[in-house]
Amino acid sequence: MTWIALKMLVGDRAKYFGILFGVTFATLLMTQQASIFWGLMNNTTSQIQDIEGASIWVMDPNVRYVDDIKPLSEDDLYRVRGISGVAWAVRLYKGIARARFEDGNFQQMILLGLDDATLVGAPRDIVLGSLADLRKPDAVIIDEAGYKYLWPDQPFELGRTFEMNDRRAVIVGICKARPTFQTFPIVYARYSQAVVYVPRERKVLSFVLAEPEPGLSPQEVCRRIEEGTRRSQGRPGLRALTRSEFMAVTIRYYLQRTGIPINFGITVMLGFVVGAAIAGQTFYMFTVENLKQFGALKAMGVSNLRLIGMSLTQALVVGVMGYGLGVGGAVCFGLFMGAVAKTVPPAFLMTWHILVLSAVAVLVIMLLASVVSIRKVLVLEPAIVFK
Amino acid sequence: MFGIALTGRPSATATVSPPRTHLVVACKGVTKDFGTGDTRVQALRGIDMELPYGEMSLLVGPSGCGKTTLISIVAGLLDPTDGEVFVLGENLGKMSAGRKIAFRGKYIGFVFQQYNLLPALTAAENAAVPLLIAKVPRRKAIERAREMLARVGLASKTEVLPAQLSGGQQQRVAIARALIHEPRLLVCDEPTAALDAHSGQTVMELIRRVAVRPDRGVIVVTHDNRVYKYGDRIVSMSDGHVESIEVTPHLDKQGEGTS
Repeated sequence: MTWIALKMLVGDRAKYFGILFGVTFATLLMTQQASIFWGLMNNTTSQIQDIEGASIWVMDPNVRYVDDIKPLSEDDLYRVRGISGVAWAVRLYKGIARARFEDGNFQQMILLGLDDATLVGAPRDIVLGSLADLRKPDAVIIDEAGYKYLWPDQPFELGRTFEMNDRRAVIVGICKARPTFQTFPIVYARYSQAVVYVPRERKVLSFVLAEPEPGLSPQEVCRRIEEGTRRSQGRPGLRALTRSEFMAVTIRYYLQRTGIPINFGITVMLGFVVGAAIAGQTFYMFTVENLKQFGALKAMGVSNLRLIGMSLTQALVVGVMGYGLGVGGAVCFGLFMGAVAKTVPPAFLMTWHILVLSAVAVLVIMLLASVVSIRKVLVLEPAIVFK
Repeated sequence: MFGIALTGRPSATATVSPPRTHLVVACKGVTKDFGTGDTRVQALRGIDMELPYGEMSLLVGPSGCGKTTLISIVAGLLDPTDGEVFVLGENLGKMSAGRKIAFRGKYIGFVFQQYNLLPALTAAENAAVPLLIAKVPRRKAIERAREMLARVGLASKTEVLPAQLSGGQQQRVAIARALIHEPRLLVCDEPTAALDAHSGQTVMELIRRVAVRPDRGVIVVTHDNRVYKYGDRIVSMSDGHVESIEVTPHLDKQGEGTS
């Protein structure tokens, strides 16, 4: 009967393609929009991901996400270093600097100041130049996408200069970096250099990067840092998070405090509803037009259970095909956008979570379509064949 | 007096127990009401009817007289409001819904007025449907369907879709489908109504030739008096009653039932 069900399904080409289109459209819209959304969310944590080498981020207790900088004092660094279980702790500056170029143009930059001695958090993938050159006077390393944005269609060239806070900066390296949420170019410098590239403030230390001693988990050391830096009268101490925790906190902030999830959620929901409507209605019409045939099958001895099986088989097959086409379309979209993007790669991240969720959504669509249709068949009196 | 064992899954290849009665269908005081209260319509008003094996019985009468209702009840597609219906000796009223479905699949063949062929399936595939329902392997079922189609004169049309066949040819496919699993009762609902006179005659001759057998009963509902000559027994209905049952000396009974 499975074979008959499939022959019936593909035999009516117009409806078959109608259902397939509905499911494909729904899958495409849901996976593509969800991937863009997740890509954007991932971009919000790109600097946490890029700054490798330290398992623990220590920050002011009021920091809500990675770009929410509330400077620490130098004392805080030493307090962290004094906590039992901390193998080492170093400074990290993170801020926005305004760069002025030779042509008089201005551009905001994400400025990262790395510990002078260790360069912890330095980019790993240097496209041109050398990380060691960062120790030279006025040296900075710029990210590849930022370079292309500032000097489009020009070959990579070291030695280019610009100014930040009236201080000279010389590009000594070009590196790869994950695209950021703010889309500004990223500039790496030594910490002592970075703090002079921005207007002077009393406190400039953005984060303390730390690593637990061997044998201790980052979570345990985070707990110790928070307890050990707690001030008197119940005032909280520093906030210490593992990299993954800090990423989760950052993403949660964007989810809760921006309209991004709602906007994308509406589009994803629209994809679901439109896909369900097209697939459901076409599947329903397909069933209604075949009612006499279903009635004949019932008369000839096909039980309701087998008819349900036939309907579910049809729904499953067209669902799997539509899902495959939709996901394929979304992947092609991502690849295409990646290929045509000249500077910053598009925010597009398709994870297995998205694939699973959209598969569940498609399953729901097809089950709804199938249930609505099969109801008609189940209540059908087989005697209809004699009318 | 009645009783045929119906056990296990319906299978076209299963051997059917020989009937313990000479009657393929027996109706006793069958009534059927539709609706309730003021809207109640009495479609059948106490039908008593006995149809023996080995005959083609025609159920005739004007539109609305209850022919279709009666045939639906006999085929186990509708339940009577009152009365008893025995088919192949089995009391349909005492069967569970599941057993009735299995019974239909195994012992009853259907020919519909509008053929009800599956448009996406070829003639052979359509004819094979009852065997596929009975879970006969597809290749074997289609092979047998081709043989059956050859018997109804459609050997050259086995791979053709219903839409490419004439009405008469489609009805022949439907006949092949109805007979492929060797049913004990063939129920035909106005098999000539959608056909021209010539095709109608051909179809009736075909049913007579390939369907009527000593161990099978054939019931044909019709209001086409041109085909009365093919019946062995004519059951005339009017207003929910059986008015008369006439046994006709059929023109060519000799040598029949051997196909």
